[in-house]
Amino acid sequence: MNGSRAVLYAALVFCTVLMLTPLVWLFAATLKGPDDLFHYLFFAPRLSSYNFEQLFTQIPYIRFMVNSFFVTGSTVLVQLFFSSLGGFALAKYEFKGKKLIMVLMLAMMMIPAQVMLAPMYELIYSIGLVDSHLGLIIPGAVSIFGIFLFRQSMLDLPDDLLQAGRIDGCSELRLYWNVVLPVSRPMIGAFCLISFMGSWNNFLWPQIVLHHQDRFTLPIGLNQMVGLYAQEYGAMMAGTFLAVVPVVILFFILQREFISGLTAGAVKG
Amino acid sequence: MRPLFFRLQHRWAPYLFISPFVVLFLTFMLYPLVKSILLSFYITNGPKSQIFVGLENFRFLFGDPAFHQAVWNTCVYASASIFLQLPLSLGLALLLRGSGVRGRNFFRFGFFSPHLLGQVFVAVLFSVIFIPKFGLLNRVLHFLFGVAVDTKWLGNPDLVMPALVLTSLWMYVGFNMIYFLAALEGVDASLYEAAQVDGAGSFKQFLHVTLPGIRGVAVFVAILSTIGSFQLFELPYVMLNNTAGPDNAGLTVVMYLYQNGFVSGDLGYASAIGWTLTFAVLIISLLQMQISGTWKTEG
Repeated sequence: MNGSRAVLYAALVFCTVLMLTPLVWLFAATLKGPDDLFHYLFFAPRLSSYNFEQLFTQIPYIRFMVNSFFVTGSTVLVQLFFSSLGGFALAKYEFKGKKLIMVLMLAMMMIPAQVMLAPMYELIYSIGLVDSHLGLIIPGAVSIFGIFLFRQSMLDLPDDLLQAGRIDGCSELRLYWNVVLPVSRPMIGAFCLISFMGSWNNFLWPQIVLHHQDRFTLPIGLNQMVGLYAQEYGAMMAGTFLAVVPVVILFFILQREFISGLTAGAVKG
Repeated sequence: MRPLFFRLQHRWAPYLFISPFVVLFLTFMLYPLVKSILLSFYITNGPKSQIFVGLENFRFLFGDPAFHQAVWNTCVYASASIFLQLPLSLGLALLLRGSGVRGRNFFRFGFFSPHLLGQVFVAVLFSVIFIPKFGLLNRVLHFLFGVAVDTKWLGNPDLVMPALVLTSLWMYVGFNMIYFLAALEGVDASLYEAAQVDGAGSFKQFLHVTLPGIRGVAVFVAILSTIGSFQLFELPYVMLNNTAGPDNAGLTVVMYLYQNGFVSGDLGYASAIGWTLTFAVLIISLLQMQISGTWKTEG
């Protein structure tokens, strides 16, 4: 029994080392000067800020980061509002067209979004949103996944609670704001993280919509940098590292909610 | 006055609540979806000029060797996701199963952490890890197994796909593990006790209790992985420096769509590629559900 326990932990540690090695290497690379980068496999004895200096002087990295925060922050807030509101309607009301909406949503989830890229570009072009952040935020404002997530969690909400609110004179909108939203806090946390990661890492659509460098988000800007300054490996690693930090921080704040939100749909069926 | 207002707002509230979603859904999903069917019958040059060509786009598509290459690459990648990555994910979940493992949360986070990086950032990181002579991977492989230190992972057509699969394993194994972990916790513990009473060893328990118990989630994860794999784009595109790699070894269906629609500017052809992709994804998802269904009636 003890032997199998040792094997188990050895396997766990081995896998963890495999998974974490590239991340540790990434962190080490950001702190090495150009001569040390490949001279030392991981950390060098002397620290250098060379990579970050390159990063901030060669490309408008701060600008990319501000753009990414703006686009992602707006997308998360709008998605959160529309998804929780729509999820509430689907979970707790009977209304005409509800079945149709559910069927259309389910069908749409099976369809790869890339099939819509061409007509979406035409649409964005005709309403004049090409090369603007609104061209990312408005089409990204609706999340079918989010609606399902909120509907699922709000189904469990006791009807008595809502009825009690109505007797106290709450309008339906107040009910949503004062009763439903506070109770849904774990789901809000999970959705914020999932939505943040999706928007923060989004590449294909921004790559199509954005043309001018001063509007680029981090993934687009970093990808362009790889093409232009292919030899600046250290700066590329610093750019990658800084781009990941916000996601990691958010993950640590929301990780408990995140795991339960991720698997909610799968396990409940 | 108030009761009337109250009744009305109660009746109209759900319509009000769902309306932003419906408007956006119709504008940015349903309309583009229908429009893409029409577009696929046209040759276009940018958003302005269009010529009707009927099924010509599809005929050209199915005869294009580059498209064949893209489909082949995408299928190889998808197969690796399902037959290599999912078993590994399940393996990791089995290691972590049970609350008896000390530091469970740490290990879980360790396995999951690569997923916090998006595909683009993973691609930038691994494009450096894979470089010949100095890259981390070559130096480790050289040290451990004597593999040539100047192995060009992203420059040799035969090695591009293994490099992509390796990267995606690193990125997604821990992510899918989360699903399996949740599924394993959902398996009825009394079934294991019953199996033990019947004298079933751990392998038999795995085969007859664990596998049937997690079937639903396994199919769900397999479908999700397939759909994700068929949409592969960022990883090869960024890793291969915005190209399809040597001899198109890293060309995927979505990359082919992007190149034709948004580099060459033929939105009609891009729509035809998109619909071919959609049908492939739908057929494979239905097949997977079908297979799991028959499995269910037999078991």
